[in-house]
Amino acid sequence: MKARSNLLKSREFLLGITIVILLVVNSLLAPSFLTYTNIVNLLKSFTVLGIFSLGVLLVVISGGVDVSFTAIAQVVQYAVVYLFLNNIQGNIFLSFVLAIVMGALLGFLNGYLIHRYKMPAIIITIATQNLFYGLMYVITEGQLLYIIPEYFWKISNTMLFKQYAANGAVSGISMTTVIWLVLSIIIALLLKFTVLGRSIYMMGGNPVAAQRIGVNGRRTTMFVYGTMGAIAGIGGIVHVSIVQTVIPNSIVGQELQVIAAVILGGASITGGKGSVLGTFLGVLLFAILSNSLTLLQISSYWYNVFTGSIILVSVLLNAVQELQQQKQKIRVRVENA
Amino acid sequence: MDFITIQHASKRFSGVQALKDVTFKVKQGEIHGLVGENGSGKSTLIKILAGVLPADGGEITIEGKKITSYGPLTGIRHGISVIYQDISLFPNLTVMENILLGRVLEQNRKIFSRKQFEQRVVNILDELGVDINHHELVGELPIAQQQLVAIARALNNDSKLLILDEPTTALTRQEINQLFRLVNNLKDLGIAIIFISHKLDEIAELCDTVSILRDGEMVASKLMSELTINKIENFMVGKSMIHTRNIHAHVSPEQVMEITNLTKKNNFADISFSLQRGEVLGVIGLLGSGRTELASALFGTAPADSGQIKISGEPVTIKSVQDAVKHGIAYVPEDRLTQGLVMNKSIKLNIAIATLDQSTTSIGLVDTEKIDAMAEKWIEDMAIKTDDKEKIARTLSGGNQQKIVLAKWLAMDPKVLILDGPTVGIDVGAKAGIFITINEMAKNSGMGVILISDEIREITSHCHRVLIMKNGRIARELVGEEITDMAIQRDLDEQKRVMAQDLK
Repeated sequence: MKARSNLLKSREFLLGITIVILLVVNSLLAPSFLTYTNIVNLLKSFTVLGIFSLGVLLVVISGGVDVSFTAIAQVVQYAVVYLFLNNIQGNIFLSFVLAIVMGALLGFLNGYLIHRYKMPAIIITIATQNLFYGLMYVITEGQLLYIIPEYFWKISNTMLFKQYAANGAVSGISMTTVIWLVLSIIIALLLKFTVLGRSIYMMGGNPVAAQRIGVNGRRTTMFVYGTMGAIAGIGGIVHVSIVQTVIPNSIVGQELQVIAAVILGGASITGGKGSVLGTFLGVLLFAILSNSLTLLQISSYWYNVFTGSIILVSVLLNAVQELQQQKQKIRVRVENA
Repeated sequence: MDFITIQHASKRFSGVQALKDVTFKVKQGEIHGLVGENGSGKSTLIKILAGVLPADGGEITIEGKKITSYGPLTGIRHGISVIYQDISLFPNLTVMENILLGRVLEQNRKIFSRKQFEQRVVNILDELGVDINHHELVGELPIAQQQLVAIARALNNDSKLLILDEPTTALTRQEINQLFRLVNNLKDLGIAIIFISHKLDEIAELCDTVSILRDGEMVASKLMSELTINKIENFMVGKSMIHTRNIHAHVSPEQVMEITNLTKKNNFADISFSLQRGEVLGVIGLLGSGRTELASALFGTAPADSGQIKISGEPVTIKSVQDAVKHGIAYVPEDRLTQGLVMNKSIKLNIAIATLDQSTTSIGLVDTEKIDAMAEKWIEDMAIKTDDKEKIARTLSGGNQQKIVLAKWLAMDPKVLILDGPTVGIDVGAKAGIFITINEMAKNSGMGVILISDEIREITSHCHRVLIMKNGRIARELVGEEITDMAIQRDLDEQKRVMAQDLK
């Protein structure tokens, strides 16, 4: 079948190979790399980025982009924790419900503006990022929330598959990582097996054709940006559970790295292409890279240099391949004299 | 029995009357040709039929039932499918998904199951007699096959009316034959077909009934047996004015361009010819004969690998468009929409863009007065229909856009003008105007013109000499009296026969 012959060319395969190579190199250079403790910690530290990447994936496939999700996550995180500290008797369940609802509402606002006024998503979301984030600063005066309700910690401290080290230290798969993985599966199923999911691909692949065969552009756009917002909200809660303090400027600024991971994972910034598996591997590659710098005791200043190079190389690979195909295309079967 | 009738439909767009009191009927199982110049209202009528646009007034009846409210899904539910000129598929999805998703949306399903419908897709593709792997991405298929996928999608929707909007523009003759066979099969199944084309010979070959729109009005709707191509043309423009042999006698023996052994791998080989001052040289050949590739090489967009080009006796190298322009070569591409115009800029700017370096003040800044004057001169000379040189190019009709492209290049007073299908997709009236201007320019300024075209009559009416290309080489040269419709037609038919045999 055709699909199989394309395997070698697929982004997921290429990423997988790269990751395996990195794993081998790392474990040779730093014996502590391939240990259970290091791996589960690595996954945990990239959970927030991984969760965000799922929302960004939806947006990018639909042909859009969103840079406001970090601001949404920040605002939601602050608001939920603040409410639970001062106004409401909260719990974990309620914190997620509230975060999803608030995040979705902010996302709907993006979706509405983008669809209604046919404005470029990048412009709208740059504006709303500043708006959301700025308003939060005005209202909170940038105050940190040091002490947060204990149940927030519990999410990240609850572990599956625990292992005990000789010195008594416990390591295991954090609940936050589980949330990331479960969300990934939900989004993957949504994209592959629902009409709504396929509509997102249709809209990204050919918006005019999508409208002509009856894809509801407004509903799909609202869904995509609303889900992005809801996922940002979840990410905000997971973030506070890991960091255990609300620092108003700790999430905003990561948006480009998340988008980069999604693009690295094979999603096309022009829309219509992308997969959850690819995105997951993209995030993983970033995670392993940053971790190996730490383990090899290379200055973290190098991290951005490596990130930039990886993205550049992956994008150039695609472009070069395409140019080659263009060149080799036989246009006229020239007769031999 | 009539499948669909539209009665007394009108449509206005911000001051422009696109359709005036149009009545239009399509019977079950008939192939109905719809023709008209650009801007005559064909696309508006199609969009109303498809439910993409609401009509301002009038009545739509489908299978005897009056339809009141009408949207895109209504059209699909009543079995109306449009194969748009741009095909309207999803290049990022597989053939199977493209075929299935329309119906899945129409049925308002939530879950998309590929397994459930795979056999149906295979059956439809078999029925169409096409050999396409349904797991392949549509973006990787050639245009002709994409069109078949679009038709397969229509069949999956249980279409009873299939609207084909200029389906043959990008197809080779062979692919057109396959398409026509298919359309005839669909007709036998009782499916009504509306076939829109600028190529009247195709209309005559395929259609049972022909309806002709002019300026938003339905001027005739007759059986093809009562019509001829000439009669259709008369209905379209209101008078017969095109394709009279129109060749001036001012060719000087001086050579403006000479090509020797020009070769580009996988494109063309050993091309040699010369072009004299004031001469109009026709180049014709089937799709895939290398004619367009040759033009691209002469203009530097896809330079040749080897061979020599001389301009006015001087050897030159053309490796880029800048080189070509420097040596006085101008190129009017076939696809004016993507290659010829800056669509969202004004008419003025589009005309001035190739000659900006000549429209400068003494200190080298752009001289807006010079540009204004130049734009006004060309709008008048080319009879571009507009009240304002500041109008955005996109808002003009195809014919007027093509005139702007032409004006842009003529403004730089070229030595060689290459026209690649200059009249593709533009109306009969505008065609005549374009050729009158080109002839005048060739006669007066002595520029040489290379005219590449599909339309034999266009070539025979305007060219001093004709080169027939075949498989990337010049197969024949016709001069003077040898240039007849018959001679060229016979040659091309022979080529097609040989090609068909080779394929077997």
